[in-house]
Amino acid sequence: MSSVSESSKPVPAKRKLAAKPHLVQDKVFFGVARAAAVGAVGIVGLILAYLLFMSWETLAKQGFNFIFGSQWTAADPENMIFQIGPMLWGSLLIAFNGVILAVPMAIAAAYFIEFLATSRIAKIATTVVDLLAAIPSIVIGLWGVGVFTPVAAHWAELLNQNLGFLPLFKNEAGSFVGSPFIAGWIVAVMIVPIITSVTREIFSQLDRDVINAATALGASRSSTFMKVILPTSSGGIVGGVLLGLGRALGETVAIFFVLNLSFEINWVDVIEGRGGSIASMIVAFFGAATPEEVKALIAAGLVLFVITLLINWLAAVIVAKAQPWRK
Amino acid sequence: MSDLSNAANLSTIEAHLRSEDVNVWFGERHVLRDVSLTFPVNQVTALIGPSGCGKSTFLRTLNRMHELIPSAGFAGRILLDGEDIYEPGVDPTNVRLKIGMVFQKPNPFPTMSIKENVLSGLKLSGRRGYDATEIVETSLRRASIWNEVKDRLGDPATSLSGGQQQRLCIARSLAMNPEVILMDEPCSALDPGSTRRIEETIEELSETMTIVIVTHNMQQAQRVSHQTAFFLAEDGNPGGVVEFGKTEDVFNNPIDLRTNDYVNGHFG
Ligand SMILES: Nc1ncnc2c1ncn2[C@@H]1O[C@H](COP(=O)(O)OP(=O)(O)O)[C@@H](O)[C@H]1O
Ligand SMILES: [Mg+2]
Repeated sequence: MSSVSESSKPVPAKRKLAAKPHLVQDKVFFGVARAAAVGAVGIVGLILAYLLFMSWETLAKQGFNFIFGSQWTAADPENMIFQIGPMLWGSLLIAFNGVILAVPMAIAAAYFIEFLATSRIAKIATTVVDLLAAIPSIVIGLWGVGVFTPVAAHWAELLNQNLGFLPLFKNEAGSFVGSPFIAGWIVAVMIVPIITSVTREIFSQLDRDVINAATALGASRSSTFMKVILPTSSGGIVGGVLLGLGRALGETVAIFFVLNLSFEINWVDVIEGRGGSIASMIVAFFGAATPEEVKALIAAGLVLFVITLLINWLAAVIVAKAQPWRK
Repeated sequence: MSDLSNAANLSTIEAHLRSEDVNVWFGERHVLRDVSLTFPVNQVTALIGPSGCGKSTFLRTLNRMHELIPSAGFAGRILLDGEDIYEPGVDPTNVRLKIGMVFQKPNPFPTMSIKENVLSGLKLSGRRGYDATEIVETSLRRASIWNEVKDRLGDPATSLSGGQQQRLCIARSLAMNPEVILMDEPCSALDPGSTRRIEETIEELSETMTIVIVTHNMQQAQRVSHQTAFFLAEDGNPGGVVEFGKTEDVFNNPIDLRTNDYVNGHFG
């Protein structure tokens, strides 16, 4: 018996295959697509390079205290101190606040649209939610300060009166305006659309047969939701939530309008009338900033950028890990 | 529709599940007309007929899955042990506990392990105080998959082959201890070997439960079923039962010419 590998015939030469575009229009198309892709990556790289270049001096001078300290004085040219601790923490606190408020609303809206509404109502609801995303940030900020702040301050007062024994709902200063709680609501309004639309997309891709299987086993709608729909879509929903979180962290103008910026760090007193936000701080200080201060503000922007990149990367990892059954 | 005289042969056997003049609509469209069938205790009934004639739709009226489609309309009665499951006081989730269902495509819960899938019905319907180990083993044995999975109960259900997944779905249904199992073309997505195993399982199960199976496979209907109903929908008319009787009669001595043509592969 002769085996295939013992054959004495020479291996034929490799032939040319048409894997790469060879028609002229294909080559042009390929070139344009590649240029766009390289360009997008290049722009991000250039932005990062510019930020690093501008931030270098501040970061070197201020050291770790730039991130962890709580002082900002540009008055004395001999001894300028730039530290963004309360702003960085404030950005995170407001973003978490917003996400915690937005997630239940978004999931409920997505569930309603996908599983309860007739197709006509579903279309209307989808349009309304998408419209919410189209409202300019500045308009939400104006609405936030003019209309929503008094309402939310009242809610905060009620929370304080009834749940004030929890550290979370302490309020010593007596002012309920300008708090991370209110800024959190504003952020929630702005990220509900993105989380709703990601969640709706995930729900719509669920295998209806799997949901029918639960029903056929005698499950109620609520237990089907809790034990089948949510676990099956959790990875994708977390991805949507992190996208929302990224947006919440970067939100500038709307928060600038409703938040009372303070360099005294506010750890968890969400209904206390002071807080921080890197993006709002940049807006607030930029106009009157000295050249040194501008560099420090750009460094603050760099920190925000890096955190947002980390969150996006985390989103990708979680989405991939949480749904191993999806290829 | 035509003569149902073969059904007379069955009237002596105790009726377990029975449909009386079932009519179904989707929106304005009338898709099933006057379907009256009797499913006796511990018998396998095959529903055959060309695709689109309403077999799946009829099957879903039997456990009230039909009404989950927003445009669904229904008339007639479904009697389980003499009680109409469409009576206003009846909770559809309770009906589905007594009448289990296996779908065309294997659909285990992808986030759950093999063991969790078997117990999923108990969890989903909020039951308590059961012996999990015992139920898992019994159900998997009854679905003839125990030996293949007993050492890997914690593995994801999606790690099983298609045929194993379908038997797991049968086990999942059996864990609820239903009186009746409905199967909608349970082998149409499976290879011949897996199909054979499922047919053996159906045979064993029919000793203790009533089974209704939709199949487009004529040999399968003859191998597994005691009685057969032939459904047909002609020229835009609603579908209905052309012939219903003992399986050997329907296949070897059909009364209706259309049945004869269908079972001999002349159309459909
Ligand atoms: N969800 C639905 N909405 C509207 N029409 C449907 C729906 N499901 C089935 N039908 C219609 O009902 C008829 C019967 O379908 P079905 O019961 O699936 O047939 P079978 O299982 O015999 O192939 C078909 O004409 C089909 O188009
Ligand atoms: Mg069908």
